[in-house]
Amino acid sequence: MKSQSESVTPTTTPHYKTTFSFRRFARANSAQLGILGVFLTLWLVFIVSAPNTFLSSRIYSAFMSSIPFFAIMAIPLTIVVIAAEIDLSFPSIMAMGMVAFDFTYNQTAFIQNATIQVFLAIVAALVAGALIGWLNGFIIVKFGIPSLVVTIGTQFLWRGAVLVLTQGANFSLEYIKSTIFYPMLVGKIGGYFPMQMVWLIIITVLGWVLLNRHRFGAHIYLIGDNIKSAELMGINTGRTRIQAFMLIGLVAAFAGVIASFYVAYFWPSVGDGYLLSTLASVFLGGTSVFGGTGTILGTFLGAFIIGAIEAATVAIGLTGFWTQLIYGFIIVLSVIMHTYLRKRGD
Amino acid sequence: MEEYRLELRNVSKSFGEVQALQNINLQLGRNEIVGLLGDNGAGKSTLIKIITGYHQPTSGEIFFNGVKVENLTVPKARELGVETVYQERALAELQTLWRNIFLGRELCDRFGFLDIQRMRDETYRLMTQTMGFTSQAVNPDSRVGKYSGGEKQGVAIVRALFFDAEIIILDEPTMGLSLKETAKLVSFVENIKKAGKSAIFIDHNILHVYNVADRVVVIDRGRVAGEFLTQHIGLDELMDKMVRVAETGSLD
Repeated sequence: MKSQSESVTPTTTPHYKTTFSFRRFARANSAQLGILGVFLTLWLVFIVSAPNTFLSSRIYSAFMSSIPFFAIMAIPLTIVVIAAEIDLSFPSIMAMGMVAFDFTYNQTAFIQNATIQVFLAIVAALVAGALIGWLNGFIIVKFGIPSLVVTIGTQFLWRGAVLVLTQGANFSLEYIKSTIFYPMLVGKIGGYFPMQMVWLIIITVLGWVLLNRHRFGAHIYLIGDNIKSAELMGINTGRTRIQAFMLIGLVAAFAGVIASFYVAYFWPSVGDGYLLSTLASVFLGGTSVFGGTGTILGTFLGAFIIGAIEAATVAIGLTGFWTQLIYGFIIVLSVIMHTYLRKRGD
Repeated sequence: MEEYRLELRNVSKSFGEVQALQNINLQLGRNEIVGLLGDNGAGKSTLIKIITGYHQPTSGEIFFNGVKVENLTVPKARELGVETVYQERALAELQTLWRNIFLGRELCDRFGFLDIQRMRDETYRLMTQTMGFTSQAVNPDSRVGKYSGGEKQGVAIVRALFFDAEIIILDEPTMGLSLKETAKLVSFVENIKKAGKSAIFIDHNILHVYNVADRVVVIDRGRVAGEFLTQHIGLDELMDKMVRVAETGSLD
């Protein structure tokens, strides 16, 4: 340190440049390179063991139709986990968003224009999702209850609300097929490329920008790393965390809409079965369960690994009974790898 | 009448049943360095957390430059020019250096998007020019967690400096520092005075406080037990008084 005045008067700032060094790059991005390595290795294994399946384009079209339903929720979940929180209620939010959708569609019948009705219904679903996310965050922050406990509770609460409100009924959504929203959300570009994949890419890019290029993301990392420091330095940790829960609520409701649109049918159980694959995508992608570190790209690759394992197990010639075993094996190995890389890293 | 940079009037703070601070009156003049002394648990940290807006006092008033400030929060205190080097350093150890320097006040445009290049440039300038860190390990993109104690302290200090503070609060800044780093820190506190700023300096080591402070305030069991101008009291006498306060709760 030299003198006080020098440090506070703005002088011409030398540009900070680093010469590219592969080693430094590898260390700084060890988690992402690790998951990329796992991804490529598994892919190679799949291609070698089942070339007929994994060299044809049909399997990739199938992956791109089914994986986005849970992968889009894994993106905001990554943000929540980086903030050292967790959300287990998003599968129920998917269904609750659809209840808001159905209610709004029926209540706006007087408009007699399916496109406008469906538009309003989608907006209602997204608003419902964000509100439920806000409530999760509010309970967690204001009462200081761990998010694990709160969202186990709200998971049951909202699934129960769905069952009560619909009386457990399932019904057709055929009417959506006549609106522009059907091709927009779940259509196929050129008969091959599924629109839900486009939405996944959009949400991934937005999630990355929010996390890495916006103040919100900077605060998320700091909160997950050391919430006390963040508070001492004047970050509104409560508001930021509530916003993160609103984000996953919003995206979960959107996932509920596209999953229901895809089959043009409403099941009160929509979202069941997505809980573990979404969580696994996040942790497989290298996001630390302790908070403070994690990447969007890792989660994106993690989701495709999770999504491909099931298809691959069958294609390779093993019975479906093997799927869970292989899931578990790959998840445990990856988490060990990430922990090892983090300890060794930088 | 002389206007104080900072003044606390009858500030009390209790956490539930525990009375942490009792009717504290404290003044910090312009260009003055006040040393805060007291045993563990005397209430020093609570007192500075009230000044930085982290805790709100149960009762009492806070004045900045003669103007009463209500509902002081951390962002508000920082706007008023209070910067703090915390005892626990308040760093995010898994994050890079530039993120730590700009913790809580990231440079961004009006939509909240970060100006990362400028933050890295500023961090680089502060580290090399101001702090004189030349180690390869200390660069804007390295993680703070692997720094030495002195380097971490350097980060906390640079952060307080960058934002043109009027009042710099140093809470146990010499903790965990080597002798050389401590000497550097003491000269830094002297520079605060030369630059016309004010500081509150808290340390276990009476010698450090005595050497840099203009005035020493002794806190005991949540009360101000006494205050002395360092030019009017000898180091030995001050030490005797400190021991007596710790044992009997009274200075004499």
